[in-house]
Amino acid sequence: MSGSRQRLVVVGNGMAAGRVVEELVTKSPGLYDITIFGAEPRVNYDRILLSPVLSGEKAYTDILIHDDAWYRRHGVALVKGRPITAIDRARKVVRGADGAETAYDKLVIATGSSPFIIPVPGAGLPGVVTYRDQDDVERMLEAAARGGHAVVIGGGLLGLEAAAGLKARGMEVTVLHLMPTLMERQLDASAGYLLERAVEARGIRVITRANTHAILGEDRVAAVRLDDGRELPADLVVMAVGIRPNATLAKAAGLAVNRGVVVDDAMATDDPDVFAVGECVEHRGICYGLVAPLYEMAKVLARRLASDDTAAYAGSVLATRLKVTGIELFSAGDFAEGDGREEIVLRDPARNVYRRLVLRDNRVIGAVLYGDTSDSAWFFQLLKDAGDVTELRDTLIFGPAYAGGSPLDPTAAVAALPAEAEICGCNGVCKGTIVTAITEAGHASLDAVRAHTKASGSCGSCTGLVEQLLELTLGDGYQRSAVQPICGCTDHNHDELRRLIVAHELRSLPAVMQELGWKTSCGCAKCRPALNYYLLATWPGEYVDDSQSRFINERVHANIQKDGTYSVVPRMWGGLTSPAELRAIADVADKFAIPTVKVTGGQRIDLLGVKKEDLPAVWADLNAAGLVSGHAYGKALRTVKTCVGTDWCRFGKQDSTGLGVRLEKFLWGSWTPHKVKLAVSGCPRNCAEATCKDIGVVCVDSGYELHFAGAAGMHVKATELLCTVASEDEVIEYCAALLQLYREQGRYLERIYKWAARIGSAVVREQIVDDAQRRRALFSRFVQSQRFAQSDPWAERVQGRDAHEFRPLAQVSLEDVA
Amino acid sequence: MDMMVSRWVDVGALDEIPRRGARVVKTPLGCIAVFRTEADEVFALDDRCPHKGGPLSQGIVHDRSVTCPLHNWVIDLATGKAKGADEGRVATVPLRCEGGRLLLDLALMASRAA
Repeated sequence: MSGSRQRLVVVGNGMAAGRVVEELVTKSPGLYDITIFGAEPRVNYDRILLSPVLSGEKAYTDILIHDDAWYRRHGVALVKGRPITAIDRARKVVRGADGAETAYDKLVIATGSSPFIIPVPGAGLPGVVTYRDQDDVERMLEAAARGGHAVVIGGGLLGLEAAAGLKARGMEVTVLHLMPTLMERQLDASAGYLLERAVEARGIRVITRANTHAILGEDRVAAVRLDDGRELPADLVVMAVGIRPNATLAKAAGLAVNRGVVVDDAMATDDPDVFAVGECVEHRGICYGLVAPLYEMAKVLARRLASDDTAAYAGSVLATRLKVTGIELFSAGDFAEGDGREEIVLRDPARNVYRRLVLRDNRVIGAVLYGDTSDSAWFFQLLKDAGDVTELRDTLIFGPAYAGGSPLDPTAAVAALPAEAEICGCNGVCKGTIVTAITEAGHASLDAVRAHTKASGSCGSCTGLVEQLLELTLGDGYQRSAVQPICGCTDHNHDELRRLIVAHELRSLPAVMQELGWKTSCGCAKCRPALNYYLLATWPGEYVDDSQSRFINERVHANIQKDGTYSVVPRMWGGLTSPAELRAIADVADKFAIPTVKVTGGQRIDLLGVKKEDLPAVWADLNAAGLVSGHAYGKALRTVKTCVGTDWCRFGKQDSTGLGVRLEKFLWGSWTPHKVKLAVSGCPRNCAEATCKDIGVVCVDSGYELHFAGAAGMHVKATELLCTVASEDEVIEYCAALLQLYREQGRYLERIYKWAARIGSAVVREQIVDDAQRRRALFSRFVQSQRFAQSDPWAERVQGRDAHEFRPLAQVSLEDVA
Repeated sequence: MDMMVSRWVDVGALDEIPRRGARVVKTPLGCIAVFRTEADEVFALDDRCPHKGGPLSQGIVHDRSVTCPLHNWVIDLATGKAKGADEGRVATVPLRCEGGRLLLDLALMASRAA
């Protein structure tokens, strides 16, 4: 070798290192004597393609980037399987594990990253692997050959690819993911939902919100235990929860290191002769884990090494694509910053397509495509070009095929359909039948067409199409039905939504928004609380409450006051309390300097003016005295007010207090469309004012009069009589059945009296009183739902659930400000 | 007006705020609400609704808006302006997210107090 050439040493032989060397030897050959030290006993291969190797779609030899001949041809010395253990910058040498030293003039650190191992018991057991290199793939293939169960921890890009590969190799695969939706860093909730469905359709089980507690096994892995106690059998556990830069070598050499090796735009460290590239670096505060930015960095570094001082790396716009055959998914862009952002959303529920573009100042800054990613390159280019898209805007979301075309007439698509095209799949109604019903039979409204043809009469998802046919056929003569959609995010009204949630078995917010064509990506303050309730009421025990879709009072189990403080109302069953409870309340009021203590209309004590950060401590003290949440903050069972009845009153006909307590203990905790207040009066003198409540019980000689649909707020209305029953057990059964009927049919924020007026009190009586079978079915559904609803939210908070809710993010001192 | 020198203060990590949620930063000059949207955008506003001073940090976050918990005013997180028929504006506070850390520029706030 010529002694005049500079010596370049590269530590690491991953994709970034390989690309630097390749750029250098092809574009500026002969500048350096190059020596590469690789920790793996291999040449440079394409890690991105490990997934197809795992699934069997490719072989290891297919993914080699540089074979041995390549290194020979370019005069590059590759030292395989020799990790570098130290850098001596003073003497400008690197040292290997065997103590051998190699001198450099310029040094490139490309040590990559390591998979993050979550520190749970059993993480070191044989059979627990990461997913990083060809060795990992070989370990997984070996396990897959024996069959059995694989548990993949981490539902990100790598985890899902590993899961798909192992499934393709015949294992039973479960993916555990800590967050509510898969790949939440790259995808929004809607695309995450579609992805979860597609993954499950391949026979892979997905458990979200799964926190791994321990990995179990004697001499090798046998199972994974979650925080909630569930145990999943496992013959193989793959940890794919993330990576962290390998910066220890650089740090030990005294180079500046944060999360990764700190480099400037020239890819130089704080030592001008030492550069770093790839996943081990931190550039402008960001560590990258995708291949595109690594290649961009490599290009810049190669030019710098060839003395091109203009080469600079300015950071990368990221794009992600999942490499699982049959799942089309693309996301790109920076969603994290910016002013004046707007979004354009396109959903095609029938084809499982979801597209979302994020715009700022009429420029595309982010894109999520699911189902049909054929236009991803075009969108990504728009994003990178950051050009003004005002001209394209109307049809932008449809992709380049429509770019700049005239805006589509919304009825054009349906106009283009032939007469025999099916419009209503449920009832097999074609376009011609509907048009004939309109033109010849003269049906000019949605209801008439529906009654006459049955189109849109079952699941209702074709309602929009039928309306478009009416518009198309009648022109201006047709007025869309006056049914109010619940908000601007959707064309559906409350009743349609409730029906469609059941008909399509929609079990999450993203599912509803995708399948029912929401016009926004995550709803608004009107639709989210309503949907959250509908899902909770429809799928008890299964739907996971979305606290961010709850009004603040329900989110923090207390009522917000005008000054931002809260009021706290403990439950007093049937209005009964005791000296011990009163003492506890008094102590809490003293201890936390609660300014106002007031008795409420529902026979409770209200502590007003509690500071938010004090709430958990207030609840802890109240809990210790046996007091639980009174749900005064909720669209839920509030109070059962009572009078003293036969216990004390000389007029009392029945034990109204005891019955009130029993009713409250049975009904508490259930979520309802609006608040629900009950009362039990011991005689017709009605001291508990039961006849203006949502549900009221008036005790008489022969038993109990059941009343419903009263109101005493903005509207005042006496109750209507439901029926009279003879026993307390019947009171419980009828009241619970009535409450359940309301829970199933009521619109969100519709009180019982409004619901009853809308559907007719007679219809309520028919279902509850006349139809015993139906009543019992309603009752048992209520009981089932209560199994999941009756836990004291205060106690959960005292245990520390969502503690962030009650703490400030930070407290800034005067010095920080001034 | 004098030239303002930025005063960036680290107030925590992005991950400490739930998506479609907010957290409060307490300062001697009043509370600042730091919001995180579904799309991981972050914004900071004075934690006072221009209507009746309601704590915006306690509202429901949707797209790039928050609905005040007291009387349902909808505030645009980027501009601080009330949306729809309501008129009013809440002060925004410059906020950066770098490497997962949230940095507030409190210079403007200090100047308002001065």
